[in-house]
Amino acid sequence: MERPLTQHIREDQRPLSLREYEKVGGYQALRKTLKDLSPQGVQQVVKESNLRGRGGAGFGTGLKWSFVPLDAPKPKYLVANADEMEPGTFKDRILLECTPHQLIEGMIISAYAIQANISYVFLRWAYKVAATVITRAIAEAYEAGYLGKNILGSGFDLEMHLHTGVGRYMCGEETALLNSLEGKRATPRAKPPFPQISGLFGRPTIVNNVETLCNIPHIVEKGASWFQSLSRTSDPGTKIYGVSGKVKKPGAWELPMGVTLRELIEDYAGGMQDGLTFKGVLPGGASTDFLVTEHLDVKMDYPSVAAAGSRLGTGTMVVLDDKTCPVGFVKNLEHFFAQESCGYCTPCREGLPWIEKILGSIDDGDGREEDLELLHKHVKFLGPGNTFCALAPGAMEPLESALRYFKDDFERHIHEQRCPYHNHNGHH
Amino acid sequence: MNMLTIEEKLEIDEAISHVPVRKAAGIEALKIVQVHRRWISDESLQDVADYMSMTREELDSVATFYNMLFRKPVGRHIILACDSISCWVMGYESIRAHLSQHLGIGLGETTADGCFTLLPNCCLGTCDHAPALMIDNDLYRDLKVEELKDILNKYT
Repeated sequence: MERPLTQHIREDQRPLSLREYEKVGGYQALRKTLKDLSPQGVQQVVKESNLRGRGGAGFGTGLKWSFVPLDAPKPKYLVANADEMEPGTFKDRILLECTPHQLIEGMIISAYAIQANISYVFLRWAYKVAATVITRAIAEAYEAGYLGKNILGSGFDLEMHLHTGVGRYMCGEETALLNSLEGKRATPRAKPPFPQISGLFGRPTIVNNVETLCNIPHIVEKGASWFQSLSRTSDPGTKIYGVSGKVKKPGAWELPMGVTLRELIEDYAGGMQDGLTFKGVLPGGASTDFLVTEHLDVKMDYPSVAAAGSRLGTGTMVVLDDKTCPVGFVKNLEHFFAQESCGYCTPCREGLPWIEKILGSIDDGDGREEDLELLHKHVKFLGPGNTFCALAPGAMEPLESALRYFKDDFERHIHEQRCPYHNHNGHH
Repeated sequence: MNMLTIEEKLEIDEAISHVPVRKAAGIEALKIVQVHRRWISDESLQDVADYMSMTREELDSVATFYNMLFRKPVGRHIILACDSISCWVMGYESIRAHLSQHLGIGLGETTADGCFTLLPNCCLGTCDHAPALMIDNDLYRDLKVEELKDILNKYT
């Protein structure tokens, strides 16, 4: 089984230096790109590879790039979205801390493909180790002539800067991230214009996730059909999957796209902790719909998870067991979303705290019959098309699916006027 | 009179050199001042605003948006207890309760001796080692309540 993204990660997770990365074939893809490929040529192979963005939305990377006008005057920007903050997600951290040059090489090739001349790594403040590692790696890359003017004598120039954030989930949304990079509040922008036309400082800009960018050198070097061959399904490549919650061995693993939920939970994560039963899972972070026992054989790729009524999202899953209260679980999620709403549009700013309060009162044993109806209404009001960005619709995914799959639990809280899990988990 | 130190100004100038518009380094400037002074007072805010050619209100709209910029005094050490979903499942609430009890403060408060400020925090991205917390730049994972006292003692 090939693991292109993580194959060189050491047991002790010490990052590969530039020299070490070169020794295992690093920067060969960049050399090939600058020597043999046109920007259109890079875009072509990435389009043919059908790589889908690994940040959560799963948009085609080649297609995303193709909207950048190649002949537009500079500056043009490439931004690595390293603001990993989706609750339950810890995959980009591994790539950032352990293989910084893989990211940098991916960024240089991607910047070349869209003819960007300035790039930023937008890194989450909490990733202190990654900040040190990336800072050192960027300096090494400049010194070796992989960054700066006339890279490897090709005439291509690229600046790269590390920007560390100061909090707020909204920064992961690409237009909000651009506002934050411009020194503003991280509120989302109206689209169109899309960032490819008018992004950072009004210039053509591409924002790509860390895992997405790390795939680029491998695709350029080995080709689209190799990339397809990594997967078990028609959705190509590998994926860094993760499992957290009350399983025996929580962790993250790079696996062929399309492994099943059952394999991830039972084989890789070692199954549920003793005495606990699997009840449900958020397959790709806080803003994805629950999957339940009937979905254990779903292949974890973008189309299969969508067909099962959820989203692959970030591919890092949070498991709900039978002794943890689903109402409390969802209340925790909605608290997060309510707190992280940027406040820019009314339904999100007002609706999410209302939802949190309703869930809180149900959880506290003060729920009323009509509360469930009220929650269903919110699911509609805060759903796609009714808010400015995807934050609130994302927040509705776990809520709507919980109301459906765990209806009995919600009803028991209301009928018994208490949390039936109260004695089990110490969460009250 | 602008009270920014020469060191602060040099660091801010470096940040300004990475962006095409001076204002775009406003967040970076606030971060720099916070590193030196622990928090951003009204006076610091005014000084940074002047230096960045921004109004105080414009800069404060940014400062108040981001949770890692502190507009109130904080302790010498910041405890960030992860309250997101994986940590909640794995026992955040008892971690928080023990921290509060040991320190004698609630979330958002600072100990009387000015040593610790306790804040809840969103997912720290280490969910396979939940529950987790950060103190300043140090990450603590797979936490057990019995360990909290020893961890805190390192900072006192």
